[in-house]
Amino acid sequence: MAFKRSEPTPKSGGGVPIPVKIVVAGGYAVGKTTFVGSISEIEPLTTEASLTSHSAGVDIAGEAAKKSTTVAMDFGRIGLGDDLILYLFGTPGQDRFHFMWDDLVRGAIGAVVLVDTSRLEDCFAAVDYFESAGLPFVVAVNAFFGRIHHSLEDVREALSIPADVPMMVTDARDRAATKATLLELVQHALTKAGAPA
Amino acid sequence: MTDAPRESRLRVRPYALTGGRVRSSTELALETIVRVTSRGEASAAELASERRRICEICVDPTSIAEVSAHLKLPLGVVRVLVGDMVTEGFLEANAMIVAADEDSRPDLRLLERVLDGLQAL
Repeated sequence: MAFKRSEPTPKSGGGVPIPVKIVVAGGYAVGKTTFVGSISEIEPLTTEASLTSHSAGVDIAGEAAKKSTTVAMDFGRIGLGDDLILYLFGTPGQDRFHFMWDDLVRGAIGAVVLVDTSRLEDCFAAVDYFESAGLPFVVAVNAFFGRIHHSLEDVREALSIPADVPMMVTDARDRAATKATLLELVQHALTKAGAPA
Repeated sequence: MTDAPRESRLRVRPYALTGGRVRSSTELALETIVRVTSRGEASAAELASERRRICEICVDPTSIAEVSAHLKLPLGVVRVLVGDMVTEGFLEANAMIVAADEDSRPDLRLLERVLDGLQAL
């Protein structure tokens, strides 16, 4: 078949866009894929990460890790101008999926931790991990049907979220709410990058 | 690693495509964007089928994660395949991560561009 492309391009600056990424973490069925899909310019795609012998060098605890050696990740993309592509990677928030987080957070702008207030425990591990990795993150409570059952301050206390971590109510189905959540994260990452602790 | 590969397997296991390797010589991030080179275009017809598919997919700049999703192959396998193809000059990559630098956060300028880009959506 014929390929449609006119000329070779230099390694940077000349055509291959720069990728950036944001991690979207949260428990099962909290709305990660909905969140990604509400703003992605493509239908969210699925990729599978396997626990390889390379990552098995990392100590992973428990029965769950033995049973489940692959994890599906849904992700989307947003073109920002001509030369930037923002990828949003959804990942389960429980610590049995720890093995892939090092990879995910390396070079990431930050993370959105999506919270369902009826299952707070699903995101404990992700909050701990992002905090210890020094990754900027925000905590977004997904309000199904516009309601949340606990105040943001209650959620902050229950999850021991530091005072400087932004928290907000979002609606994963709503593009504007998703955009506002992402903006909050990037703003937070900028603040942290500008004033390192 | 215990046994040698068995002849009786019905399906090719994904890592057979990579000769059993789980790491490539170059470290590629999930979001690393690759594109076919003119050499890749010229040679695609002679490449093994999954490599030819990668050349076809990467006519447009495409991330490792997207290649994995389109080929329905695990990320680790795609990383090795694409890493080899970059080394061999069939693909060019952007944002190749050379060292596992945990602190490699995007710099202020890049963050500002992302912020502007998002606001403009």
